[in-house]
Amino acid sequence: MLEIKNLSAKVEDKQILKGINLSVKAGEIHAIMGPNGSGKSTLAQVIAGRDTFEVTGGSVTYLGKDLLELAPEERACEGIFLAFQYPVEIPGVSNLYFLRAAVNAARKYRGEEELDAMDFMTGAKGKMASLGMSDQMISRAVNVGFSGGEKKRNEIFQMAMLEPKLAILDETDSGLDIDALKTVADGVNALRSPDRAVIVVTHYQRLLDYIIPDFVHVLADGRVVKSGDKSLALELEDKGYSWIEQLAQPELAVRS
Amino acid sequence: MSTPTTDLDVLTSQDYKYGFVTDIETETVPPGLNEDIVRWISAKKKEPEFMLDWRLKAYRHWLTMAEPKWPNVHYPPIDYQAASYFSAPKSKTDGPKSLDDVDPELLATYEKLGIPLSERAALAGVAVDAVFDSVSVATTFKGELEKLGIIFCSFSEAVLNHPELIEKYLGTVVPYTDNFFATLNSAVFSDGSFCYIPKGVRSPMELSTYFRINAANTGQFERTLIIADEGSHVSYLEGCTAPMRDENQLHAAVVELVALDNAQIKYSTVQNWYPGDKEGKGGIYNFVTKRGACRGVNSKISWTQVETGSAITWKYPSCILIGDNSVGEFYSVAVTNNRQQADTGTKMIHIGKNTRSTIISKGISAGRSSNTYRGLVKIQKGAQGARNFSQCDSMLMGDECGAHTFPYLEVKNPTAQVEHEATTSKIGEDQLFYCNQRGIPTEDAISMIVNGFCKEVFKELPMEFAVEAQKLLGVSLEGSVG
Ligand SMILES: Nc1ncnc2c1ncn2[C@@H]1O[C@H](COP(=O)(O)OP(=O)(O)O)[C@@H](O)[C@H]1O
Ligand SMILES: [Mg+2]
Repeated sequence: MLEIKNLSAKVEDKQILKGINLSVKAGEIHAIMGPNGSGKSTLAQVIAGRDTFEVTGGSVTYLGKDLLELAPEERACEGIFLAFQYPVEIPGVSNLYFLRAAVNAARKYRGEEELDAMDFMTGAKGKMASLGMSDQMISRAVNVGFSGGEKKRNEIFQMAMLEPKLAILDETDSGLDIDALKTVADGVNALRSPDRAVIVVTHYQRLLDYIIPDFVHVLADGRVVKSGDKSLALELEDKGYSWIEQLAQPELAVRS
Repeated sequence: MSTPTTDLDVLTSQDYKYGFVTDIETETVPPGLNEDIVRWISAKKKEPEFMLDWRLKAYRHWLTMAEPKWPNVHYPPIDYQAASYFSAPKSKTDGPKSLDDVDPELLATYEKLGIPLSERAALAGVAVDAVFDSVSVATTFKGELEKLGIIFCSFSEAVLNHPELIEKYLGTVVPYTDNFFATLNSAVFSDGSFCYIPKGVRSPMELSTYFRINAANTGQFERTLIIADEGSHVSYLEGCTAPMRDENQLHAAVVELVALDNAQIKYSTVQNWYPGDKEGKGGIYNFVTKRGACRGVNSKISWTQVETGSAITWKYPSCILIGDNSVGEFYSVAVTNNRQQADTGTKMIHIGKNTRSTIISKGISAGRSSNTYRGLVKIQKGAQGARNFSQCDSMLMGDECGAHTFPYLEVKNPTAQVEHEATTSKIGEDQLFYCNQRGIPTEDAISMIVNGFCKEVFKELPMEFAVEAQKLLGVSLEGSVG
């Protein structure tokens, strides 16, 4: 589904991604872990098409298409969803309005009829209930005055409504209490299907107790330095990240 | 923004859609301003003696005045002798006529502007006074309003048919000595709208004036006077457009509002004069004096403006809160793009006890424009318990525009409560990327973000106007940012 080959990217003069290789098949869940500043968010945003980062080499193929050729909104309409590490506030625009615009943009892209407010609401109700989104929260302005946890929950709600093929969660677990964490995990697990894939970026292995990954990759200094199965996450939890950092030196790097 | 192509500059620009010229025979006086012109205008309109005297006093006073230099706007000197001070479509020079007599070319023009004047086609619930260059060419729904005692007509007709009301109220809110542009207007104003709502009447429809400048090389000076008698209510709308021309044109209007005991006036403007081209060539110089007097107890005047047009905007719709418990409101969205300059805001003068005022100003600057909020809140000695809340938010699009906020505060009564909040934000690449990532194209995202920013003001506009304002905002900002 997603094939990343030797991807490198920089911002201004700073090289952040230094040759990433990653292969994600439909139905799989991949976890990406790694120390702060290793490039996890950058990778997520480059996949989503943020032009702050300049791709300096490599390729990304998504469902047979050259992903790097697509505009961010086209990638979104092709089924890529990014749950932001820091969700953005949009004052004066209600959550409901925003989300309907998003859902309708994708429908339009696929040549489907746009949903009116009534139809949209009918579809939203069930998902709101399962993710604990109140009527009040959905009518408030996008992320304005939301607590950290509410923002993350809102990201998952958006994901549930947009039903992406490839969902990327960037530290959606950080700052969540255990109940909220379970809600997020439920949201992701509900989305799981043989034709969808999920990439979970996380700093802690805690979330991976609820979203069981098929693969775990460790990112350090802009490279994937180690890949393994779920046990790798536990190992990291045990030993911390410092032992990983020495792997970051190019000559020692393990290709996944 | 450092990246090679930012999301913000992918937009293409759209032309000003009201820039066409109507080909119609006009009567236009030769350029120049002197006492004879003032007399000629007054005679042309068959005005009573008191009007001519007033105009002449204004003209003579104007000769002693200088253009104000304090606004934060820059333009080459205006040659007041180069403009023509009166231009009217020929068919209309002999006083008011019924709609059936209006030149079809004019009807077509308003049709094209989206303001059908035939009552069958007209917007339900909106009466329109159509002002074309210097004169009013038609007023719709007059008969229906008359049944309720509401007078809604052109200013010229009011001078002829209701001179006692004009004499009683003209210049009592904006005196002819007020400021350079208002004084000039007082001397040469050609037409405008007049509206009187009698005691206890709620106007059953929105009253509106649509101003259109068509002629080249003329100044437009119109004057509006609205009187809401005790316990009456009225909602008034004002719209305006002009052709695209390379020369700048002067528009210096005056609006006076009077609210007596328990009366309410809501005055909404969508200002869309031609803003000039991308390089700042052409466009309207919009120097306008708008002021309302809350004379009665519990009276209320509410200004809502959406300013998207004009090369230069200079206006401060204000409220003088004389009656105890009277309320003044100012809701404003001012958008500047390309080389546009706006210096706009309000004055709230608290004189009566427990007077209250609210100021919500949203400035959006794009391109290489300059957008200034200037506001005065003045609480006089006797204004026991007065309260004001002001909020001024600026949004910048791109790196080359400027936003400025000048709040002035004078408080002479210790019981007054005054609150001021101000924010400046930049339309974020963050916000745009967030929208894009959810599948929303950049153009729609900008319009969504900007409309969200202006929401508190738009919700004050009458429904049809709010929809128009939202669209206008989108058009004004297209191709705006880099
Ligand atoms: N817009 C940016 N401008 C400059 N440096 C950036 C920018 N975004 C990220 N970086 C830098 O790139 C590195 C990787 O950041 P990030 O991808 O956010 O790491 P992670 O998500 O793994 O914590 C960090 O050193 C960070 O400071
Ligand atoms: Mg991160």
